[in-house]
Amino acid sequence: MAGHVVPVKVYVGVFLALLALTALTTGAASIDLGRWNTMVALAIAVTKMILVVLFFMHVKYSTGLTRIVIMAGFFWLAILVGLTLSDELTRGWTPAPGPWSILFPFIRGLF
Amino acid sequence: MSDLAAHAAHPAGFAHQFEDMDQQHAAGNLGMWVFLITEIMFFGGLFAGYIIYRALYLPAFETGSRLLNVNLGATNTAVLIASSLTMALAIQAAQAGKSKGTMIFYLILTMILGATFLGVKFIFEWRHDYVEGLVPGINFIVQPEHWGPMASQVQMFFCFYFFMTGLHALHMIVGIGILTVLVVMAARGRFTEQYFFPLEISGLYWHFVDIVWIFLFPLLYLIGGTFVMKGGH
Repeated sequence: MAGHVVPVKVYVGVFLALLALTALTTGAASIDLGRWNTMVALAIAVTKMILVVLFFMHVKYSTGLTRIVIMAGFFWLAILVGLTLSDELTRGWTPAPGPWSILFPFIRGLF
Repeated sequence: MSDLAAHAAHPAGFAHQFEDMDQQHAAGNLGMWVFLITEIMFFGGLFAGYIIYRALYLPAFETGSRLLNVNLGATNTAVLIASSLTMALAIQAAQAGKSKGTMIFYLILTMILGATFLGVKFIFEWRHDYVEGLVPGINFIVQPEHWGPMASQVQMFFCFYFFMTGLHALHMIVGIGILTVLVVMAARGRFTEQYFFPLEISGLYWHFVDIVWIFLFPLLYLIGGTFVMKGGH
């Protein structure tokens, strides 16, 4: 028989956990945790995602090939976000002279 | 054995290029996941843009976020999670060999919950945003006394809000269309304990859309906390 039949009580358990986490993240946002507010919200969102992926999307019972493909997808997303931020957030760390001022340092003096 | 007899020996829904039903099942799931990864990258571009602008204009994004209704956002999160449960139960009903009535019941419940989500979004949230003048390009009323020089940055937050929730809502509408097809297929008795793959890969799509919302809810509604101006305006 193709696929693993998950008992209904497992789905209901995951559903209740997801509801509890939604209440938790909404509650945590009403408390001032400083910069940790974002961290807590994202940590809860990632936990919820993992629950949905493993149980609702049956990845817990899927083939190794499917899991590798999923990991590759998230790795690619990490490249998208990581490399973009490594540019955007590090601008201004080092002085970056424009091409003309490298070639002709005296031009700076003109303006 | 004649071709006809060979065909009769196969379970319903079996595609002949596969070794067996397990292989067909794994191949279908893998193919759907490859599609979902393109979707992850599709939404990922918006998320990356959001992350950068949030880093650049944090106070404005927190101001914009507090203008959204957290209670409606949280309610919709619960509705969508419930729709994921009923979708999973529809597949489970097929796998466990329950009646097609059970399958159709869960599928229609999933559609109703999906439509409820869209109803709350369109009727309560977007309409309210329009009336309040929070829709960039259509009706955006700058509030200089509250926002000061941040006005254009608050507008940027709402651009992200409408593009991200709009793209998500579009996926929900497509999902409800897919569910309609599944209801018809189920009613025609196309799904068996052996062959429930259209249900399963459509379920993957539905759960994916759920996961996108699981991230949109904290990023749009909860960012920066709700403790300063509880309940918006």
